[in-house]
Formats: sequence, C-alpha cells, structure tokens
Amino acid sequence: MTNRETLEEKISRWRHYLQRKQAITPVDVDELEDHLRSHIENLLGAGLDEDEAFLVAVKRLGSLDEISREFAVEYSERLWKQLVLSPEGDSASPADRRQALLAMAMALAAALAMKIPALFGLQFGEHSPAMPFYLRNLSLFVLPFMATFFGLKRRMWGTGWLWLSLPFVVSGLIVNLMPFGARSHTGMLTAIHLPIALWLWASYAYAGGRQPGHDQRMNYIRFSGEWFIYYTLIALGGGLLMALTQFLFEAVGLNAERALQEWVLPCGAAGAVIIAAWLVEQKQSVIENMAPVLTRLFSPLFAALLLVFVAAVVWTGNPINIQREVLIGFDLLLVLVLGLILYSISARDPQAPPGHFDALQLLLVVCALVVDGLALWAMAGRISEFGFSPNKLAALGLNLLLLTNLAWSAVLYARFLARRIPFIRLERWQTGYLPVFALWAAVVAIFFPIIFNYR
Amino acid sequence: MEIDKDLVAAYATPLVLAILSEGESYGYAIIKRVGELSGGELQWTDGMLYPLLHRLERSGLVEASWRASESGRKRKYYRLTAAGREQLERQRRQWQVVTRTMKGIWCLAADPTDQLAQLTPAGEK
Repeated sequence: MTNRETLEEKISRWRHYLQRKQAITPVDVDELEDHLRSHIENLLGAGLDEDEAFLVAVKRLGSLDEISREFAVEYSERLWKQLVLSPEGDSASPADRRQALLAMAMALAAALAMKIPALFGLQFGEHSPAMPFYLRNLSLFVLPFMATFFGLKRRMWGTGWLWLSLPFVVSGLIVNLMPFGARSHTGMLTAIHLPIALWLWASYAYAGGRQPGHDQRMNYIRFSGEWFIYYTLIALGGGLLMALTQFLFEAVGLNAERALQEWVLPCGAAGAVIIAAWLVEQKQSVIENMAPVLTRLFSPLFAALLLVFVAAVVWTGNPINIQREVLIGFDLLLVLVLGLILYSISARDPQAPPGHFDALQLLLVVCALVVDGLALWAMAGRISEFGFSPNKLAALGLNLLLLTNLAWSAVLYARFLARRIPFIRLERWQTGYLPVFALWAAVVAIFFPIIFNYR
Repeated sequence: MEIDKDLVAAYATPLVLAILSEGESYGYAIIKRVGELSGGELQWTDGMLYPLLHRLERSGLVEASWRASESGRKRKYYRLTAAGREQLERQRRQWQVVTRTMKGIWCLAADPTDQLAQLTPAGEK
C-alpha cells in the first residue's frame, strides 16, 4: 500500500513539474497524465514493479522541455499571458468570477455615488459652482468602495469594518461641515491631501482588517504602482472613447458634451478606480509588474538629468530663481525620486548582494538631495519675506518630510553598499515611513483649513 | 530503429490519420498501434504525439472529446472528421507514389553495378 502511495506521489510531482511549463495548460497535463498512467498500468501488467514502470513510462514520454517546446510552437499564443477576462472562461474559477462580479458591483456603486449629489442640484462640470465640493469629496465617493472590495475579498471581520469606516466617516463629516469659501486655498489643499491620506488608510482593508505589517505595506506599495499604471491606461482608453463619442454625435448634429461631462466622465473615472484595483489584484501573480520595469528604465535617465543639472548650476553659478510654484516643482522631483527608489526596492531580491543598480540609486538620491538643498537654501533667505501661506507651508512641510526620508535612505544605501547592513533595513525604513506621509496628508487636509481659517 | 527527424515529421501525420481512420482512439492507444503496425520498429517519443494531435485538431482534421475511460479516468478521444478523411486520401495517393518509386529504386539499387546503368537511359526517355 505504501508503494502505491509513492507512485501517486511521483505522478503528482511529475504533474507539478509539467504544470510549470507555460505552454502546457492543465487540460493538456491531464491528457499526458492519462497517457502516463495507461503506460504504467500496461507495464505493471507485464510484471514490472512500480518504480520501474514509472521510470520507463516517464522516459518514453520524452524530455518535458522538448514536449513543452513542441507545445509552444503549436500554441504560440499561450506564451502571451492572457488576462482572465476571456468570456468563455474555461480557466476562470468560481472564486475568480465572484471577484469579478464584486468588482463590477463596487465600480457601479462608486459610479452611482458620484451622481448622488446631482440629486440635490450639485452638478458635476468644469464650470459648475459645485466643483470645489466635488474635488474635496472625490476620494470619499470612490475609496470606500475600493476598501470594501478589499475587505470583502479578504473576508474582513466585524470590528475591522468599524475601524475601516471610521476615518472615512469622520473626514467626510469634517470636510463637508467646514465653511470653505468659493476660492479657498485650504479647500484645495484638502482636496489634494485627503485622497492621499485615505488611499494609505485603505491599506488597512488591503491587509484584511489588520494594521498592515512590513510585508503588507510593501505589497500595498507595489499595488499602488501597478494601480497607477492600469488607471492611466484605462484613462487613455476612456479619453479616446469620449472624444469619439463627441465626434460621432456632432456628425449627426447632436451635442453630447453635457452627457459626457455630467455622466460619462465622473462615473467612468470613479468606476475605473475599482476596476483598476481589481485588475491589479487579478494579475499580480500572472504578469510581470510594470512599475519596477519603468523604474529600471528611468532611474539612470533621471540620475543623468540631475547630474547634468547640478553640474550646470555649479558651472554657471546661477542661483535657483525662486518663484511661487518652484517649491511644488521640487516637491514633485523628490516624490518622483522617492517613487523610483520605492519601486526598485519593491522588485529587488533582498538577499542579493549590492550591485551597480544600487550604486546608481544612491547617486540618484544624492543628486536629488543636492538639488533640493540648493532650492531650500535659496529659499531660506526669503522665507520671511513670503510669509507663511497655507500653500507654502504645505509644500515646505512635504519637502522636509521627503528630504528626511531620502537623506536617511541615502545613508542606508551607502551603508548597504559598504556591506555593513542588510538590504532589508532600507525596505523597513521605507515601509515604516508610510504612516508619516499618511499622517501629514491628514493633518494638511483636516487641520490646515482650521489653522488658516478656511482661507 | 532511429529514424531521421525530417522523415518522422513527414510520415507522422498520415500515419496518425490512418490509425484514426480505423476508428476513434486516444493518445496511448495510437502509440501502441504504431508499435504493433511496425513490429516495434518505429519508436516515437510518446510525448511528441500530443502536440501533433492538437495541431490536427486545430486544423479541423480530427475532433476531440473528453470522456471517462473504462478505468474511470477521464480521457481525450480523437476522431477523424470529413476534412481529415479527405486529407488522408490525398496523402495516401501521394505516399503510394512515393513508396512505389522508393521500392523500385531500392530493388534496383540492391545490385547497383549493372541495373543502375540500365535504369538511367530509361529515365531519360
């Protein structure tokens, strides 16, 4: 009897090995397994023992590499990974289908939520007086549904839901009770920072209703990068669809602009957030992540750009001209560099020894720090002259946060390159820093309007 | 016997089609039938049969269905289609010409000294 089990074990191991071949589908594996078993039975009947029969049958089947190569020639399309959206869905499990339905339902809910204010006469539109209201509340229309999608998918428990919803409810109340003026700067700050804070809070649902640990935060970072790429792609397609709609209806003398602006744009943009999240969740194990690939491409380019820029500043001696928007620009630069670092970390094998790319990352960070330092230094002399407007304080605060993060990252990178610390320290520094960003975004969104009297 | 790859590629399709023309069958049985027909002389790498069967299925020469076998395992059975029968007929004619010609030349070539010399002018007529 034990012998019989070992034969089964051998077959299942063989099966596993075959299943790893990309060009061979599980159905093909079934067919080959039937062949193997038929042959083994035949050989057993001829008097061989199980071990011998298995060996002979496997040998006669031929090298799995060769078989898989033949299959690949026959089914070259299988080498292109297909998304699980295929309608015949022979590979889609009931769980997959359930999740697809869940995602569609949540996307629909988000799209409808975008239209609820219209019932009360608040119209969405570029020139609508209700637009500041929409901007401040955008994240509240959409992100709860994304968080719900995660929560349901991860089977979150009761109190988890309570904790999850708390920040959404509280910030929703506060943001809408605050008496913002028509052209309020702090209102815009809230509109920008609330989505960031809530997006990071959604990681609580992403982690299944727990405080996300180090690994889960890293996964959330990966998820966010992929989500951004998918959303951009969907937005491109959506833009094309809208442009074509307008063109076609104009051709027959109808104006679709109102319908597009009030319905298609807000509902589509909201629904796409959840669809993109679902696609990333579906594809995470199926396809190579794009964000790290882009990072690989752009890290050297940005490092070169910054090097040349620093050289130009040093060579010409030109001071950085401080304009109103400049600080925001440098914030964006640092955010970008941080993104490049995060996504190269997210795709890196922590066990791998320091390499050229790590040195390049360090160069990138150091250059960014130098450039930002130049900007801050140029600004320092005139900061009292500007006074502290809410916009400047928000931009300066973010700049300092990023500067701190990157400066310590540079130190850790240097120590890692000197083989003094393991890479995991750098990862932990970044994931540990995420709540700082969330907290800062929440402070700007909620407290800045109060401090600056809704200016 | 070891057979050249190109030759295997050439005869494998008509052989499989011909075996299926005897009736519905499945991978392992086809391999066994090849062994029987050749007296054990033609030894295929078993796994290579399946990409071939799938190619025939995709080009519509055979159709396949999953059914439970007598042992209870599910098994994929292949059956010749009308298009497959036509293709087999075409190939049979081609192969008959080829085998007849080859047979002739092998007989003559068995004693190459005089018979080959006789064959050459005949071929030129």
